[in-house]
Amino acid sequence: MSRESQIGVAIVLLLLSGLLLRAALADQPWGVVTVLPVENDPAEAVREVSPETPGVQVSVARTTGLWLAAFFTLACYSYLYKDNPAYKLTESIIVGVSAGYWLTASFWDVIVGKALARLMPEQMRAWALPNLDPADPDFLTLVPLTLGALLFARLIPGGAWLARWPLALIVGTTAGLKLVLYLDGDFVSQIRNTILPLVVFNDNAFDLDGSARNILLVTSVLCCLTYFYFSVEHRGAVGRVSRCGIWVLMITFGSSFAFTVMGRITLLTMRLEFLFRDWLGLLPPNVS
Amino acid sequence: MQRIIPMLLTSIVGVIAIASYFVPVAQPFQDRVEEWFLIVAAIAMVLGAASLLLHHLKAISNQEAGWGYSAVTVAALVITTTVGLLKLGAPPDLKHPELAWSGSYLAEGGGAWWIYTYVMSPIVATMFSLLAFYVASAAFRAFRARNFEAMLLLGTALIVLLGRTSDGTWLTSGVPADYPLATIPGLNVLIMSVFNTAGQRAIMIGIALGVAATSLRILLGLDRSYLGGD
Amino acid sequence: MTTLTAILASLQRLDRRWIFLAMLIAVLIPVLTRVTYPETPTAMTSAVFNKIESLPSGSRVLLPLDYDPGSEAELGPMAKAVIRHCALKRHKMYFLTLWPTGLPLLERNLRQIVEGEFKEVGLKYGVDYVNLGYVPGEAVAVKLLATDFRKARGQDNTGTSLDRLPMMQQVRSAQDMDLIMAISAGYPGVKEWVLFAAIPNRIPLGMGVTGVTAPQMYPYYPNQVVGLITAIKGAAEYETALAAAYPDEMSRLDASGIQRMGPQLWAHRLMIVLIVIGNILQLTRGRGGRK
Repeated sequence: MSRESQIGVAIVLLLLSGLLLRAALADQPWGVVTVLPVENDPAEAVREVSPETPGVQVSVARTTGLWLAAFFTLACYSYLYKDNPAYKLTESIIVGVSAGYWLTASFWDVIVGKALARLMPEQMRAWALPNLDPADPDFLTLVPLTLGALLFARLIPGGAWLARWPLALIVGTTAGLKLVLYLDGDFVSQIRNTILPLVVFNDNAFDLDGSARNILLVTSVLCCLTYFYFSVEHRGAVGRVSRCGIWVLMITFGSSFAFTVMGRITLLTMRLEFLFRDWLGLLPPNVS
Repeated sequence: MQRIIPMLLTSIVGVIAIASYFVPVAQPFQDRVEEWFLIVAAIAMVLGAASLLLHHLKAISNQEAGWGYSAVTVAALVITTTVGLLKLGAPPDLKHPELAWSGSYLAEGGGAWWIYTYVMSPIVATMFSLLAFYVASAAFRAFRARNFEAMLLLGTALIVLLGRTSDGTWLTSGVPADYPLATIPGLNVLIMSVFNTAGQRAIMIGIALGVAATSLRILLGLDRSYLGGD
Repeated sequence: MTTLTAILASLQRLDRRWIFLAMLIAVLIPVLTRVTYPETPTAMTSAVFNKIESLPSGSRVLLPLDYDPGSEAELGPMAKAVIRHCALKRHKMYFLTLWPTGLPLLERNLRQIVEGEFKEVGLKYGVDYVNLGYVPGEAVAVKLLATDFRKARGQDNTGTSLDRLPMMQQVRSAQDMDLIMAISAGYPGVKEWVLFAAIPNRIPLGMGVTGVTAPQMYPYYPNQVVGLITAIKGAAEYETALAAAYPDEMSRLDASGIQRMGPQLWAHRLMIVLIVIGNILQLTRGRGGRK
């Protein structure tokens, strides 16, 4: 066994010892999800409550899930030490589960909830959508359903050309909408946002701060745009302006980096809260 | 014909989309096309899952390297899909208990809810959180002030990192209120509302032009790459 | 001097796993000690807060919660704070998500906040709030919601036709909303709400975004969006503003945004230290090279 593997085994043993210690020292139940049957509220059969609540029951399904979630969390983090079968297993599971989830959502929310609900409302009312309003069938829904079915022609040898029809609908709609809306929102509106007074007056008094900000903003945008303008060689005055554009972009990327760091750390915080509060019960539950 | 009809269809729906923005008469047609879009896009999701399944089944059948993991993926996909489509464990709608299929597939306590809560949710969240560690490692190894541009990037990152916590306020708490730019929070505001806004705005304008140009090429039939090969 | 050289040499060869461990410790200790720090709302967060606060009671607020577990850590506290604010103001809340993976999180928010924390207030489903569920179609769905809700989503999340719900009877599209308060992690999300709904139809839009998305949204402020809540700091600021405006109601509720700023501070400090050490190493290596 290599030294690296030995350390890996030592870490796993350390974690297991920690768990045993937690179990030995625990004066309160932990690592369990307790529920309370809810009466007078038809919206939910049981509600998750803290183990100290009188009359609680341990939910086997949710407790198993809690331990499984903890396992998956630790398996993901094990990748930080080195790639290993536990991580690969988790990775394979999430690929399959995600695809299955998206398929399920597409089926129930769109194919049934939207297409079939329009095509055969009465049948859907009698089967899965009893709260649907009575309506006449909309046979035009057969068009997208047929186009959707044509997508599967890709899987048939020699049938790929049929799949271009639904693709045409998707690409055409997206291209048409984006052409106008991007020009409106990200081109015209942004140019309009940049047309600012370079000399600002507030209550008839010269506002140095506001003027300086506007001048900086306008010149920065122009410098960046010059940098992105590749039809002219970046030499001489253009070169100097575009260099200023690079500086502005560097500041932009620096701030983006800092913001990205923030997001990732928050995610780590939440996972640690899960392990130490929800699983190990070492942190007090949230107030609400 | 195999390419001309889809190209025409693309142009027609694209033109309807553009026209609906300017001519109210075209709006009902556009609404209809958009409704169709939603349905076709959803069926494309089903195709995506089917392609994934076929890919992994092929890997298993050829016993390619790591085929065991492909088997795990297939099992996970089949189980999730079965549980979700059959609404296993999901109670029926409260007002219609006689209709077994009337409940939500994601109802709390149901199979799909369980998979989401205890499998999907922790794995996805943890995978994303791994980046916190790699960002730290990258900061140590790659975030070096090698030239003026890199110094700007690094300096901005440091100021924003400080400014996004109470440290930033504390460090420059002695600065009089008349000089906000001498404080880290003040500098932070300047960076974000002036330089970041300017940089992002320029990028945005560039992307908008790119999107418009690409869309126009598609609608005019000049760009046919989306149709794939014969 | 030799010791210093030895330390620098060992830092040059430092295994990245020590950095991982340092990051883990930097985040874990504040998580366990539950240390918190004061927050002051910035202008952008206050702009969103003031907008929701200034709307008359009973105003219609569309709340698209477009995020999944991958960004719940940042956006969950933000969504909670905004929903609480809307509930306190008795606004009519129209919930939906463009992400199928966001639906269980939306339902959890409803259960915990609207039907849990505000149970005594007696907010009624279909009258005070509605869950439109997952609206498929990404950007196109936003466009359709902006023109006709019923064409994008004919039923609510329980499968009930929208016309049967009292609060939907006067609502045809997102244009009938007094505010769209989009909380989103990426595509489809705030960008689509700005481009496909807010700008063409001039609907007031507030944003709650992740750290990754936030810098890209600044150019829309203040002309296209009323305000911006950015990342977990934005959430903490919103919670602070809410606690200041509603001290009695908020005192019994958790503030996970403020709570998560503790680990954030220490992790930022570590990042700064790492950047500084990395550059010192670069400097010393450069000098060594020149010698």
